[in-house]
Amino acid sequence: MIRLTEAPFDPGALLSAFASDRRETGAVATFTGIARAEDGATAILELEAYPGFTEAEIGKIADQARDRFGLQDLQIVHRVGKIQPGEPIVFVATAASHRRAAFEACDFLMDYLKSRAPFWKKEHGPDGARWIEPTAQDHADRERWASERT
Amino acid sequence: MARVLLFGPLRDLAGWRERQIPSASLAELRSFLAAEDADLGAALAGPGVKAAVDQAIVLGDAPLAPASEVAFLPPMSGG
Repeated sequence: MIRLTEAPFDPGALLSAFASDRRETGAVATFTGIARAEDGATAILELEAYPGFTEAEIGKIADQARDRFGLQDLQIVHRVGKIQPGEPIVFVATAASHRRAAFEACDFLMDYLKSRAPFWKKEHGPDGARWIEPTAQDHADRERWASERT
Repeated sequence: MARVLLFGPLRDLAGWRERQIPSASLAELRSFLAAEDADLGAALAGPGVKAAVDQAIVLGDAPLAPASEVAFLPPMSGG
């Protein structure tokens, strides 16, 4: 399930719900990304999505992860709108028979989300606002999955 | 007529997010926008800016129906 939300979310509650009622899942892995204050440089992070399009593009990444790692299930929740430092911004959960697939799928999904997902991100700080593009590190992280076929 | 959407830095540059603009094709729409606002026209033709018609990325020109939705997508930030 893929969901964009303007409201803050509780990663603990999402994990509890995702992990419940599973009898054939041996492993659930999760990742929670949290907005950083950057030592006071970022007062507010603003994330814009293209409703419908953004979910569909993330859905393509999710389908790749399902196929590649043989996932039983996955969940992606992503904040949009204005986000305060310290608030969770993204939650990814993966379910698989065994731990390796769950861990790796979570890592794979985050690398794609950080570099390819259709979001536009603006940092509001004491010196004004600026739009952010993916870093070279974000692209390099995604490229790992092209060379390292499992 | 098309519903035109701008995202990210394009929205700040143009000063609007959404407009209805009469246009029979994507190329005609680009010309209209460039004639009205040269900076926006240049930005729309800039590197990494993609156009989507009815939520599908389009390379080159495309005809627009009266109810078409056109989105101009600057380089994406990721999540």
